[in-house]
Amino acid sequence: MFRQAVVQFAPTKGDIGANLAKIGQVLQAIYPQSPDIVVLPEASLTGYFLQGGVRELALTQSELLEALDQVYRKNWNGPLDLVVGFFERDGASYFNSAAYLELGGAGIIHVHRKVFLPTYGVFDEERFLSRSHRIQAFDTRLGRSAILICEDFWHSISATLAALDGAEILYVPSASPARGFSGEEPANVMRWKALAQAVAAEHGIYVTVASLAGFEGGKGMSGGSVIAGPAGSLLGEAPLFEPALLWGEIDLERIPPIHYDSPLLSDLKAGLALLLPDLRRVSE
Amino acid sequence: MNQTRLVPGENLTLNYPLLTEFLVRFIREELAWRGYQEAVVGVSGGVDSAVTLFLAVRALGADHVHAVALPHQDSSPASLTHAHLVAQSCGASLEVIEITALVEGYAAQIPDITPRRKGNVMARSRMIVLFDLAERYHALPLGTGNKTERLFGYFTWHGDDAPPVNPLGDLYKTQVWDLAEYLGIPAEIVSKPPTADLEAGQTDEADLGVSYRHADLILEHYLKGYPDHYIASLGFSAEEIARVKSHVNRTHWKRNLPTVALVSATAINEFYLRPLDFRLG
Repeated sequence: MFRQAVVQFAPTKGDIGANLAKIGQVLQAIYPQSPDIVVLPEASLTGYFLQGGVRELALTQSELLEALDQVYRKNWNGPLDLVVGFFERDGASYFNSAAYLELGGAGIIHVHRKVFLPTYGVFDEERFLSRSHRIQAFDTRLGRSAILICEDFWHSISATLAALDGAEILYVPSASPARGFSGEEPANVMRWKALAQAVAAEHGIYVTVASLAGFEGGKGMSGGSVIAGPAGSLLGEAPLFEPALLWGEIDLERIPPIHYDSPLLSDLKAGLALLLPDLRRVSE
Repeated sequence: MNQTRLVPGENLTLNYPLLTEFLVRFIREELAWRGYQEAVVGVSGGVDSAVTLFLAVRALGADHVHAVALPHQDSSPASLTHAHLVAQSCGASLEVIEITALVEGYAAQIPDITPRRKGNVMARSRMIVLFDLAERYHALPLGTGNKTERLFGYFTWHGDDAPPVNPLGDLYKTQVWDLAEYLGIPAEIVSKPPTADLEAGQTDEADLGVSYRHADLILEHYLKGYPDHYIASLGFSAEEIARVKSHVNRTHWKRNLPTVALVSATAINEFYLRPLDFRLG
């Protein structure tokens, strides 16, 4: 059993120093409650809509580690895992990335670069960023995990790949402008909740969605972070629109009995080879 | 047997409590990052500025919202009466500043000025006053234009559209009416025929040649890409559809910044792209 703290964060646009300081304040505040892992949203260090400003604000992986390590050392004793979304520079390429770090330990365990870059409607990511083509699970001291960023998660095949690769916990940093105000909640928030529950239930895994909050030039990041458990129920949800903390107790011992009762993932593994010819056919 | 009848087409009904919470946060946060905690709202006596004022008071508190009526001698007296009613209803104090001298001082020098041109001078004069008061109070003026009039280009360029923060600009007029009802704005404000009150007897719907209730549904379907025959199947006439599309497509320039001759690979907003809230720490 381990404890997640999902930080629904509203960054100050473009001010990495101020945002690192805010993350430090959050760490200091939650230290007495002993979380094992802190999960932050997409683009937490800068805000989401940067357009060409990505070039001025992207960090290399080593710059990210150095900055977060400083924050960690000032505010924490003992190991702390952390998931954080940031804009990444690698040579002349820029990515919308999220890192899994073991602070006070092995450092960066994994960096996921967003595969599905929304470039429609209010979104324009692929104009400024490069697309990755890798979705991989990775081992951590808190179980085998995977990261998907925002639209990655809206394609069911991404979570399926992560689950087939053995992920027991799926971390989904997101930045989702609230839109569609006819229902009980903004339409995008309802979609996130439905997806989190559906993915968790289909694969019998934990899904943690950490969603950005705050306005960015008229676009209100919706918040509404959620944790869904392996039976598909929502274990917790954060409020809309505002910065908040969401706590989750993750019990990986619950996963085997759920898989035993509902062996969809092992059925998929067994039958996957049968589908590969058609998968190849439709991707050509 | 129970039967569910599906209503065809798009529906403009919104969750107004949720929308209100969102717009209140919008006002507070969009002012805050610009360094402001106070707003100036020009109150015309109409429903758009009434809704804006009510939202601003919820967002910032009545003590931090400066409601201003800006009558001209040709304005309808009912407009000022309604402006007082709106301010009173939400607990804001109303400042009244006559723009007659400002407008007529100019008009006296221009013998051929037409009512339409004078109306534009009034709209721009009101912005001169609102921005000056904003400077006085270290506040920002809030825009009050709704989505329908923005799409129709039915506003004075660099007049009504000038304020930097506008909570209603993505709401159709019919949605503003519904939001006004939810907010408890007096019925006489919500139910009166919309008018810019720039010329005697003027109404928006007569100027535009289509009712807002029809226009808003046509617009929503047109913007979402429905073809004309689908929109017509909802009960709208070919003339109404054509009129709405014409208003939109003759005024795209009014919804953009002035046109700049592009001569370099660093042209602002063409090559050099930064969101309006971008700033480096």
